[in-house]
Amino acid sequence: MNYIKSIGVYVIMLKSVFKKPQKRKIFWEAVFREIDDLGVKSMGIVAFIAFFIGGVVAIQTALNLEDPIIPKYLIGFATKRSVILEFSSTFIMVILAGKVGSYITSSIGAMRVSEQIDALEVMGVNSLNYLVLPKIIATVFFYPFLVLLAMFLGILGGWVSAIATGLFKKQDYIVGVQLDFEPYLICYSLIKSVVFAFLIATIPSYFGYYVKGGSLEVGSASTRAVVWTIVMIIFTNYFLTQMLLS
Amino acid sequence: MIEVKKIYKSFGDSPVLKGVDASFEAGKTNLIIGKSGSGKTVFLKTLLGLHLPDRGIISYNGQSTAAMSLKEKRQLKQDLGMVFQGSALFDSLTVEENVMFPLKMFTSQVYSDMLDRVNFVLKRVNLINSNHKFPAELSGGMQKRVAIARAIVTNPKYLFCDEPNSGLDPRTSIVIDNLIQEITDEYQMTTVINTHDMNSVMEIGEKIIFLQEGLKEWEGTNEDIFKTDNEAVVNFVYSSNLFKKVRKAYLEE
Repeated sequence: MNYIKSIGVYVIMLKSVFKKPQKRKIFWEAVFREIDDLGVKSMGIVAFIAFFIGGVVAIQTALNLEDPIIPKYLIGFATKRSVILEFSSTFIMVILAGKVGSYITSSIGAMRVSEQIDALEVMGVNSLNYLVLPKIIATVFFYPFLVLLAMFLGILGGWVSAIATGLFKKQDYIVGVQLDFEPYLICYSLIKSVVFAFLIATIPSYFGYYVKGGSLEVGSASTRAVVWTIVMIIFTNYFLTQMLLS
Repeated sequence: MIEVKKIYKSFGDSPVLKGVDASFEAGKTNLIIGKSGSGKTVFLKTLLGLHLPDRGIISYNGQSTAAMSLKEKRQLKQDLGMVFQGSALFDSLTVEENVMFPLKMFTSQVYSDMLDRVNFVLKRVNLINSNHKFPAELSGGMQKRVAIARAIVTNPKYLFCDEPNSGLDPRTSIVIDNLIQEITDEYQMTTVINTHDMNSVMEIGEKIIFLQEGLKEWEGTNEDIFKTDNEAVVNFVYSSNLFKKVRKAYLEE
């Protein structure tokens, strides 16, 4: 019963979020601030994880391809497919759900318990629109770029691992990367990233906005927000994959 | 003037306000007092529209909030100023940005005009040379003064303060009390203050409402509170020996 109520409150929250901003200039200032906080400041961790995961995928594939009949360029091909289809979008978004999700819940939750949200409401500001819509716009428009960055660095990581480990030739790897290139798969990954970005912006906002109590409850809400965001990402990933690829 | 008729408010199965009647006059500092849990904060937040009453009428200058159009409600919000218990300043904004926020949000003034207004109200609350400080860099009393400055920057007709003296030393409390009273007189605002502070009651209580268990138990001025024989009020206000002695001395005079 509580889950149904929460879904209802979440939908009502979205209705208030998607209203026309009260002051366009303030809204765009907030969007650029959120792009910096939620996107640009996550580029380092995304680049680091994507690069090394790409390398690990290539090494694992090379170590498991023992049959001499199987061509070595499949290492590059498998790395490219894994990175484009899942690692750059789903895996990176799960990481961002943890990093950005906890930040969103704790920042909005702290505003709730210190009555800053009440102060906005008393002034006549639509607090949901003011606080959440810039986050949605920032993540939905910026996270696809993070995914593209992760794709590039993941594949590059595989190439560097060829040089660093000597387990396979870099020429074979490049042949595999170029083999059977399907631009639609990049589109598929970007579509997923837009949906996941929306979930990362809205679910933690919901948990932060409706938190009751003090700092302990804000911490507990952050944990629940991260868990539910990851659950919803994995769940949505399953359906999106069915819808877009089958 | 604010009039409240038979306001009820419950949270789940717990009734908090059980039919409160009250009126708050313009140009006066109206105080709401009562024990913790008597419903003061819920009452104040209901007046502000942060909680919707279950039943009852709240009227601003004779117009019921329930009958107001969306546009009228929006206009009313521009006439409200609120000083929260914990100041509720926006952590990520400087003092200047905090005070300027309502102007940026609801007026189309140019930046220099807004800055003039901000500097004027900051000077009015005796806070100069703090424009570029963040709330975390200010003392509790300074934060309260910034909150007052932000509340009055748009020239509101109504000022609400939720325990403006909580966490402040007695001297700073008096400064804040006097500041609120001066501003009320100066702008002829309707000021409503929730307080536990008995010094405030004695100093600035031009009209006092005593709430007990969600009902208005008593109403009067800071003069009347010395003479009242209402047991609940006497037990609450004169709970300390010091105030008992003050009352005794006043009555003997």
